[in-house]
Amino acid sequence: MSTIELLSPIAIPMMSADESAKLRVTQNRVVRSEWMKMRTLRSSWLTLGLAIASMAGIGIIISWSTANDWANMRPRQKARFNPLADPLSGLFLAQLAIGVLGVLLIAGEYSTGMIKASIGAVPRRLPVLWAKLLVFTSVTLATMLPAALITFFVSQKLLSAQHIQTTWSSPDVARSVIGVGLYLTVVAALGIGLGAIVRNVAGAIAVLVGILLVLPVIASALPQTWGDRVNKWLPSNAGQALMSLGSDNTTLSPWRGFAVFCGYAAATMVVAAVLLKRRDA
Amino acid sequence: MIDARGLVKCYGDKVAVDDLTFEVKPGIVTGFLGPNGSGKSTTMRMIIGLDAPTKGSVTVNGRAYADHPAPLHEVGALLEARAVHTGRSARNHLMVLAATTGIPKRRVDDLIDLVGLTDVASKRVGGFSLGMGQRLGIASALLGDPATLILDEPVNGLDPEGILWIRNLLRSLAHEGRTIFVSSHLMSEMALTADHLIVIGRGRLIADVSVADFTRQASSDLVNVRTPEAERLRALLVGNTVHVTATSPGRLEVIGLTSDEIGDIAQANSIAIHELVPHQASLEEAFMELTRDSVEYHTTVRASA
Ligand SMILES: Nc1ncnc2c1ncn2[C@@H]1O[C@H](COP(=O)(O)OP(=O)(O)OP(=O)(O)O)[C@@H](O)[C@H]1O
Ligand SMILES: [Mg+2]
Repeated sequence: MSTIELLSPIAIPMMSADESAKLRVTQNRVVRSEWMKMRTLRSSWLTLGLAIASMAGIGIIISWSTANDWANMRPRQKARFNPLADPLSGLFLAQLAIGVLGVLLIAGEYSTGMIKASIGAVPRRLPVLWAKLLVFTSVTLATMLPAALITFFVSQKLLSAQHIQTTWSSPDVARSVIGVGLYLTVVAALGIGLGAIVRNVAGAIAVLVGILLVLPVIASALPQTWGDRVNKWLPSNAGQALMSLGSDNTTLSPWRGFAVFCGYAAATMVVAAVLLKRRDA
Repeated sequence: MIDARGLVKCYGDKVAVDDLTFEVKPGIVTGFLGPNGSGKSTTMRMIIGLDAPTKGSVTVNGRAYADHPAPLHEVGALLEARAVHTGRSARNHLMVLAATTGIPKRRVDDLIDLVGLTDVASKRVGGFSLGMGQRLGIASALLGDPATLILDEPVNGLDPEGILWIRNLLRSLAHEGRTIFVSSHLMSEMALTADHLIVIGRGRLIADVSVADFTRQASSDLVNVRTPEAERLRALLVGNTVHVTATSPGRLEVIGLTSDEIGDIAQANSIAIHELVPHQASLEEAFMELTRDSVEYHTTVRASA
């Protein structure tokens, strides 16, 4: 219509043919995008900080107070203290923070609507899921493994004041400490998968807590003969076999247990991938 | 070029889009009109593959959207619901989208300037007003310099200046040969912006017509004239297909002639015209007439002109 032609046209910044010829979506670029996504949300830093603080803080506080109190502790308490397992017990809280962050990274996109932009930019969809998985498991391993190592060594230093420390070369030690990093990395994958399946932050967190914490409690109420057979196959029990001290028939062997835990996470990711591809965004 | 063939979308029992077939051509602005719940947003989501059609198919420049290697360069979309993480800043939002396909940072800054968000680009999107959110959505739609733009009610929440700006922007983009597909409820807005119209109701195609044809039919309906020589003009105008009523002294209501024709006749007979007004609401009325049978959510009070 003639009235419109009179308005001055808007100069839209164009891209050169050269530039636009290079605009392909690649898995690498999607990984870079997901890394930026993670970095640019305050909740990522807060939750990751909470995971590190739980891991290191709880362990170091336990070691410090034990070393200080050692002289006053009863023999039974002393017998129960374990210089490897007790300093690593921040793991139980850290796994929740890591799992929650995994959930947030994807279910947070559904609750805000961001997922529509993400899938609009990468309409094949799966590269987004793989990128989130890669970025977050890498970040988890890169932060939580050092956190476990620092927790261990600082704790041993504190405990050495009472000569109740253990050493890196003692049985189970290296496997357990490194195992903390590996276990949490798989929890990260579980969080991503559950977030993608449930697509709702609160719902996915509930399922995560249910699997990691509630399921073992319920299962422990089973009759003994049953329980011994079932319990060790539960995801968190299987995964935590990696940090077990010595083994009996109520836990899987460390690496077998860890493999089972990885299997659960992998199955969760496969379901997440199928659903992501199939469902309307 | 958007090519939809036999598109059907059901949500459970609800048929949101019912056998829609249409083409959206490049180089013009195509308006997509329909009452609330008629399936406009659903159709647009299917074009970019967010929702899968129950039946039928839709392609953009010959391929399904997901099959394009550089999707953002192919189609830019502004959706109805905000598709932004509220915790991220506007610039970071654009940066993460740009990163998926290698769009340089410089372009992100250019677009922030273009849509007028320069001052708030580093603020969290959660605090944005409706209009600011809409501007960010437009920037993300333009990010990949797309050949096709799909905008779901882009003027929603914009101030008059913003509405004028959008109208102008869409015209400019179409002028560059791009395909522009824009939905609205407002016929009057589309009459100013679009060249072609696709009208749907209850998910079905009602009209696929050029704006020129639509307006010609609609606005030939009624023209208000004020003149000191009402009687003489009336005698000159009336005819077989032309109906003239004197509404009050010095005022005529003419049906069957355009305002141009009335003006010309008056001029030829040296009759002074003080007011010559094509009935303004007629476009909207014509639209309502067209979609009356397919309006899903009737209001009880009838809209009056
Ligand atoms: N995800 C969904 N689940 C169930 N029903 C849906 C969904 N999306 C849309 N609908 C239904 O499909 C119909 C078409 O909705 P749509 O949003 O496409 O209409 P619209 O033309 O965009 O309406 P408006 O003008 O109000 O934006 C409506 O009846 C709506 O309730
Ligand atoms: Mg809509």
